[in-house]
Amino acid sequence: MRRLVALLALILALPLAVPVLGQDSLPPAPYAYQQLADPALEAKAQDLMITLRCLKCQSQSIADSDAPMAGDMRHQVRTRIAAGEEPEAVRAWLVSRYGDYVSYKPHLSSSTWPLFAIPVIVVLVAGFAIARRMRARK
Amino acid sequence: MRKVRIGLWVLVGIAAFLFGLFAYQLSQPKDEFVKSAMIGQGIPAFDLPAATASRPALSSADLADGKPKLLNIFASWCVPCAAEAPQLAELERAGATIVGVAIRDREEDVDRFLATYGNPFARIGRDDISEVQLSLGSSGVPETFVIDGQGRITYQHIGDIRPEQVSTILEELRKAGA
Repeated sequence: MRRLVALLALILALPLAVPVLGQDSLPPAPYAYQQLADPALEAKAQDLMITLRCLKCQSQSIADSDAPMAGDMRHQVRTRIAAGEEPEAVRAWLVSRYGDYVSYKPHLSSSTWPLFAIPVIVVLVAGFAIARRMRARK
Repeated sequence: MRKVRIGLWVLVGIAAFLFGLFAYQLSQPKDEFVKSAMIGQGIPAFDLPAATASRPALSSADLADGKPKLLNIFASWCVPCAAEAPQLAELERAGATIVGVAIRDREEDVDRFLATYGNPFARIGRDDISEVQLSLGSSGVPETFVIDGQGRITYQHIGDIRPEQVSTILEELRKAGA
């Protein structure tokens, strides 16, 4: 019986023990979960944070993620915005570290232009084809 | 009628090409690594406090003293960091100077980690808010950067160093002027 209780206690304790592996025990960075005092600056920071990729949890934004690294990135964003940096300058700083990958905001470049050009071409071709049919029917 | 039929075959061809492309891309292993965009550039200025009493602190000036080095980003709470410890020891034996940055770590935990897995580090800085890690373009632990004598980043190794990768790291260190 006692052994069973011990085993049960162990099983119950397991979920508490496992997160210790591979996770730090330090408190989050000051501005990871704390908003900026100035609502206008916080809104600026928030608008930027939802367009930055969490590097540890690659399909989330840093605003959505509870990963410690996302918290550290939010701290960077908030302290830089609070220090008067423009959101796009903060984005550029991160892009210069991690490449375009870190930003969710679409932008035109030598490798992304087909994404913008193809829909336009498709619409033009479709419009042309429809116009020709309409004329043929008449 | 003939014209329509040719058009249809062209459509079938395009669809087949697209499906072939999808099948190929889906069967390729996904590259999860986020590479640093800082390779080839100077190391950003930083000045970290010491992570342990047994080793001096680390600043960016220590990385531009004329001698190439390995900069290892690690943490006591990181499992693969323990797995790469023998490889770091081997690199140190081969003559590499290794400096460390401990991410989000406590002194007692770093001490315990070094006592358990060995201490190949000449210096260890502590980065409590991943600030230096972010400025290097590093997205996880462990990562190892090769820094040349002028403090320029020449190579990034993402993840733990496997035994068969030690020679690559040494070669990169040699290329950086060691």
